[in-house]
This record gives sequence, C-alpha cells and structure tokens, in this order.
Amino acid sequence: MTAHPDSRTPRWAALAALVTGSLVLSACSSSGSGSSSGEGGSPKPGGTLTFAVGSDAGCVDPQQVGSNDTIYSLRQVVDSLTDQDPKTGKIVPWLAKSWDISSDTTTFTFHLRSGVTFSDGTPLTAQVVKDNFDAVPKLGALGTLAQGYLSGVESTTAVDPLTVRVRFQQPNAQFLQATATHSLGIESSASVHRSPQEKCSKGVVGSGPFVLSAYVQNQSITLAKRAEYAWGSSLWTKQGEAYLDKLVFKVVPEAGVRTGSLQSGQVDAIGSVGRANEAALKGGAVNLQARANPGVVFNLGLNNSRPLFKDAKVRQAILFAIDRQQIVDAVFPTGTEPATSILAHTTPDYAYLGSDLAFDAAKAKSLLDAAGWKAGSDGVRVKDGKKLSLTVKWFANAATNQPALELIQQQLKAVGVEVVLKQLQIAQFSPTLQSGDFDAVWGNVTRADPDILRSSYSTRLANFYHLPAGPLDTALTRQAATTDAAKRKQLVTQAQQLIVKNAYVVPVVELQTQLGVAKKVHNLDFEASSRIQLHDTWIG
Amino acid sequence: MRLYVVKRLAQALGVLWAAYTVSFLVLDYLPGDPVSAMAGAGADTGQVDPAQLAALRHEYGFDKPILAQYADYLGRAVRGDFGDSVSTGRPVTATLADALPQTLQLTGAALLLAVFLGGGLAVLATYTTRRWLRQLLLSLPPLGVSVPTFWVGLVLVELFSFRTRLFPAFGNDGLRGLVLPAVTLAVPTGALVAQVLAKSLFTALDQAYVETARAKGAGRLRIRLRHALRNASLPALTVVGLLAGQLIAGSVVVETVFSRDGLGRVTAAAVTVQDIPLVQGVVVFGALIFVAANLIVDLVYPLLDPRIVVAASRKVRPA
Repeated sequence: MTAHPDSRTPRWAALAALVTGSLVLSACSSSGSGSSSGEGGSPKPGGTLTFAVGSDAGCVDPQQVGSNDTIYSLRQVVDSLTDQDPKTGKIVPWLAKSWDISSDTTTFTFHLRSGVTFSDGTPLTAQVVKDNFDAVPKLGALGTLAQGYLSGVESTTAVDPLTVRVRFQQPNAQFLQATATHSLGIESSASVHRSPQEKCSKGVVGSGPFVLSAYVQNQSITLAKRAEYAWGSSLWTKQGEAYLDKLVFKVVPEAGVRTGSLQSGQVDAIGSVGRANEAALKGGAVNLQARANPGVVFNLGLNNSRPLFKDAKVRQAILFAIDRQQIVDAVFPTGTEPATSILAHTTPDYAYLGSDLAFDAAKAKSLLDAAGWKAGSDGVRVKDGKKLSLTVKWFANAATNQPALELIQQQLKAVGVEVVLKQLQIAQFSPTLQSGDFDAVWGNVTRADPDILRSSYSTRLANFYHLPAGPLDTALTRQAATTDAAKRKQLVTQAQQLIVKNAYVVPVVELQTQLGVAKKVHNLDFEASSRIQLHDTWIG
Repeated sequence: MRLYVVKRLAQALGVLWAAYTVSFLVLDYLPGDPVSAMAGAGADTGQVDPAQLAALRHEYGFDKPILAQYADYLGRAVRGDFGDSVSTGRPVTATLADALPQTLQLTGAALLLAVFLGGGLAVLATYTTRRWLRQLLLSLPPLGVSVPTFWVGLVLVELFSFRTRLFPAFGNDGLRGLVLPAVTLAVPTGALVAQVLAKSLFTALDQAYVETARAKGAGRLRIRLRHALRNASLPALTVVGLLAGQLIAGSVVVETVFSRDGLGRVTAAAVTVQDIPLVQGVVVFGALIFVAANLIVDLVYPLLDPRIVVAASRKVRPA
C-alpha cells in the first residue's frame, strides 16, 4: 500500500475531469512537435525543475515516509548503500563499492566507498551506517517500511572504518535489495540522533546529490544541488554533481490543476496522472512516462479461513470469472497491464502466468457447479440455503479502486457470485487485516524484491490472509535463504505458481505510476521501485 | 447594555464548549484511530507490530478511558494547550498560528469583495427602473449560491491561469496569487449578501419613512443609500456573522483547489489521518472565530438600531 496515486481527492479529480474536460481539451492545441524525452541536444547544466505532486506526507525524513509523492523529492537527499538496475533488477554499487553475503544469507558485509561526506561535512563511516541501522528499528510504527526491512536484525558491527557487517537471526535474502531503497537511505550521525518527530519537521542531512533547503508543510519541498557531490550510483550516466541547480516540489492536490499547470508551463513535471487527465496531455509539449510498480499487484486478498474460501474451487472460480483486460481498458491509465502473476512484471524473478489468469466464465461456472453452488432465483447461487456472497473491503487510497471494484462486482455477478463493496477509512487498513474481520480486501504492495511474497503470504509470519501451511511456505522460506540467483528465481517462480493455481488471493491488475513531463526535460528516469532519480535530469 | 454584553459572552462560551465536546465525541466514535492512520500511511499491507502501535497509543494517551482523555484534553485546552499534532509532532497552536495569516488574507479579501459586490448588486437591483435588468441582477445571487465552489475555482483557473496566464494556478505567492481564490470564495458569500440585502431593501422602500423622504424631495440614490440601506442592513449584518463560519468552511475547498497553505488545508489533512488533537484545535478555533464574529455583530446592532438594547434589557429584567 505504498503507492497511492491521487490518494486525497479521487472524488474531486473525477468531477474536475467531467467539468473541465472539454475546456482542457481545447486548451492544449498549442505547441509544436518537439523531440521526445531523453533525446536531442547535449545535456546542459543549471536551471530549476518544478514538479507538482498531489500530496504532502507531513514529514521530510526518507526513513519514515512511504508515500510516492514525498519519496520523489526525499530520494534525492539521501544515498543508499546499493542501487538497483530498473531493467534487470540487479543490485549494483552506490555507497558500498562491494559486499559479501554469507552462504546462509544471515550476514551481510558492506565495503564502503571512501571520501563520501554528508552535507554537514561529516564523513561516511561504518559507524554512521551502524548508527542508522541501530536507530531504524526504534522508529517502529513511524517507519514501517524501513523497520520491516531490518526486522530480525541481530547486530550491526563496524568492523573497520569502512566495513560494516549486518547480522540477522534468520536467513534474509531480501535485505540486499532493501539497502537500495530510500527507506534505508543513510543519514548523517547528527540526524540519526534526533527524535523521529524532529527529523520529520526539520528534515535530515544526507549525502545525496541534493540538499533540503526548505520545507513548507502542505506547500512545497525545495532542494538545492550539492556542488561537491562525487559518489553517484554506478547506474547514473553523469559523473559528479547533478545537472540541475534547484528542485522545487509543489503540492497541488487537485488533479485538474496539476494537468493545466503542466500544459501552461507553470510546472515542468507532474505526478499521479490518471486516465482522465491523459487526453488533455497527449499531443502537447508533454511526454507521459509510465512504469508498472514492482511488487504484489492489485488483488482480492481472500480470507482463506472463511468457510466459503476453504473450497479451492470457489476461489478458482472467482479468479477465472474476472476479465482483467476489460478492467484495465475501462479504468486504468493507458499502458497499464492486467495481472499476469501475483507479482508485477517489473519485479525481479517475476514469472509469466498469464494463461493461468485468463478470463474464462464457462470454467468459473462449472467450478461453482462442481462445488455444489446451484443457480438461485435471483441469479445468485445458493448452497444449503446460503447465498454465494462475499464482502470486499476497500480503502480510498487510489482513484481507480472504486470503478475497478464495481466492474469486478458486475463480472462476478455474471457467474452467480454476489459481491458487496464496503469502503473503509485508510486508517482502518491495518486494524482490518490484523483483526481478520474480512472476506476479502482490495490492495497492492510496492516492493522491488520478490521476498514481498514471503512477508505477505508465509504462514510463518503475520499471515493476514490465513493461508494453510504447505509447500508454499517451504518455497518462500528457501528463497529467502539462498544466494544462488538461479535457484532463487526457480523458488520464487514456484511460489507464484502455487499462489495463482490455488487462488489463495486473486490477482487483478498491476499498478502503474504515470508522470507527465514537459518535453524540454530530459532523462527524468524511473528507478527500480518506479520512483524517480533526478541526478541525470537536465532541462534544455 | 452591560448585561446584554455579559449574556452574549456567556452564550459564546457555551457554544465553544459545545463545539469542543461534540467534536471530541464524534472523533472518538469514528472507527480507527490516529495511530493506525499514521502507521497505515506508509505501511506495506499493515505489517505493523501491534505492540509498537500500543506503545504509540500510550505515548499519546489514546489508551486511557474516554472520560479521562476528555477531562485531560479539556483541562489543557482551557489553558490554551491543544497538545501536539499526531502526524507531525508539532504543537497544534503553532500549526494553526502558521496557517492563520494565509487564511485571514483569503477570507478577509473574500469578505470585502462579497460585501461590496453583493451590496452593490442589491442596491443596483433596487435602483434600476429597467425591468429586464432588475430581473437579470436578481437572478444572479441564486445562481452564485447554488454553483459548487470548487467548480467556480476550476473554471476561473482554466480561464485566467491556464489560458490567459494572468494569475498563478496555485500557491500563496503575493497579491496575484490571492485574486482567483478570493473571487472564488466571494461568489457564494457575496451572493448570499446580495440576496438578503435586496430583499430587505425592497421591504424598506415600502416603508412610510421612505415616502416621507421622497416627499421632502430626496433623490432615488439618496433614499437608498441614506435612508433605506441603514434599516435594510440589519438582516444582512446577521448574515455576515454567519458568513464568518461559511468562509472558513469554504476555505477548505478553495485552499485545496488553489493549493494554498492555510487553515482549510490543515483541516483537510488532519481529518484524513484522524489527527485528533489537530482536528480539535481547528474545531475550537473555527468556533472561536464564528462566535467572535457573531458577538461583534450583536454588539454592532445597538449602534445601528437602539431599539435592540432596550428590548434585550426588558427581557432580562422581568421583575
């Protein structure tokens, strides 16, 4: 649940689109052809990039923030030990020039780059990394992402000034990818020793290519280039400092205003472009950039402990009754892909299972017949006097949730399954999962490592969906304990197959992050978690 | 007169207490709580350790019995301490103090526009002798009241920012940034002023003293501005008191559409994450403004119409 396009104003966004759609359409006739992003001309240093995002998390500490809109800016302030190649999913050097992992994946030793300094002038040492990793678990519920990556940590030791060793109680292969995330971005010693609240309101000192120069809550985050920066990720094309002098992230909650501001040149780039705003932006001096978020796709998370869902045939019938392409075409931004596994296709070790997720209403009906659910008088199937009905709980954290679920409701009705939709406050998301009081919940999880399957579906962890213990556990536990890439891929593939074939949960559609970027902005690139890096970005 | 003021003040305090208590009960009744909202905002499928949540709840005092929490909060609120925001950790009073100037600017400008444009429209509608123009003018206020504020805002942004680029579409920057939001907020407010004032102006113009003035040879404009308006402004003044509340409520929408910083944005954000201390602070503050505005209106009445104090004094002295 980390990526919420348009989390605050889905209703307004839709209304605004209806109301101003025609106005906006006619307003975008100007502008010539222009070259496409990333090409044309040679990079020019200097300039200010103004980026409009939809929300403000109320906090400027990358270790505590989980919302994309705020990660876009904070990612530029901190460096991570490693980076992840968005094309291959491979982990590559950044602050750590190399690392060793014990064969049981419990111990990770990082060899740090020398000469790295934080913007307060202090050097990066093994002790600073240790301070960070010691402090993160204490964030607790304030930094769920970061502390989750370090859960089960036994100790972090500064072996020598530039070597740091992290030891876990259990095998923990996911930790290497976790060191590439913004959540485990390294902050200076002074920052680490501040209280979480203080870090939230005053910001942190990092070693990144940009420095936080101003934060006005609900208004803007301003970053300035750090001239002496010389330790970029091995993935970046430019050496040394960034091209841009200044980055200004404006909080513009209304989707229609973001769109119009980009068209009229008041901003250079915008986040959370929905389907309704696409038409207005196409054909102008704007490029739409999109990338699927890695991790668990949007799915109906079934509660496997409910009597109804103990029967695999019922779960599978729901899986086959959903026409994913229709949902994509009707609701989601152009280019969004229907789920072809429980993992999105941008996740490392994703396996294509599209044929197992193909729409087949006839098969769904025969499965339900075989399970003893017979057609009732009102079209809803019955068995032993009970109706085949389930309640799907959902949360208003994406504008697409409601229309997607209403379509699913119709599709399931066609095979005789009644779906009741119940919207809950976002605040109730965790309590609902923890209490187990649900038939099904609608949600996704962004994570660029397949270990998200273990945290979501292993019966040895929280097991919110009450899966039965079985071979899936074995596959999930073993993938977390292997350093052999080929073997891990094989185990992760097996886990995906088990989840999809058993329909423990019902994968539906991938989440796609879509940005609108003015054509004069070049190399504004997605990183592996479908957030952005702005070191290589230039305006020309 | 003193008794009149004391009575009004006591009423004002009662309204404040009621606003505080009702909002407290409503927030408590809502499912979920600020701590899980905070954790849920950045969480992956709720993988939060319940023990950690409990620790946080304890830190903010959300684990105490509801009555104890109420007494605790109320006791501190009376002394002007609304605690710290759950989502940002900043003191509520500081958060409100930061947001207040922006909202005062916006609502002040909107109120000025509303009174002058609305009042002007009402006077013009009664002044003109052209029937069609009067009909046209009188049909504007109902329209202004009924169109949604955010729609007005979006249309204005489209026309005056995206197309003609006269004004910025978002932000708090300077006087230019204030124009579109203030006009947007002034539309429903001014429409209400115009509606009420036009109606009471028409009533006042039928009165005998207007006949007298006319007989003495006073001009049409003079009759309206000098004689009728003073009497007709009483109902409109009552409405202006109510408008203070409406303006603050309207700022939630306008500040969101125009991405302005201010109380409205603070409110919207606080409600979304159930930031109880902050919402409480906003509610009490909003009530305070509302009460203060109405108190001022109550105190201005006697200046415009001395009969009001006489009547009020008689009522409270029944012996």
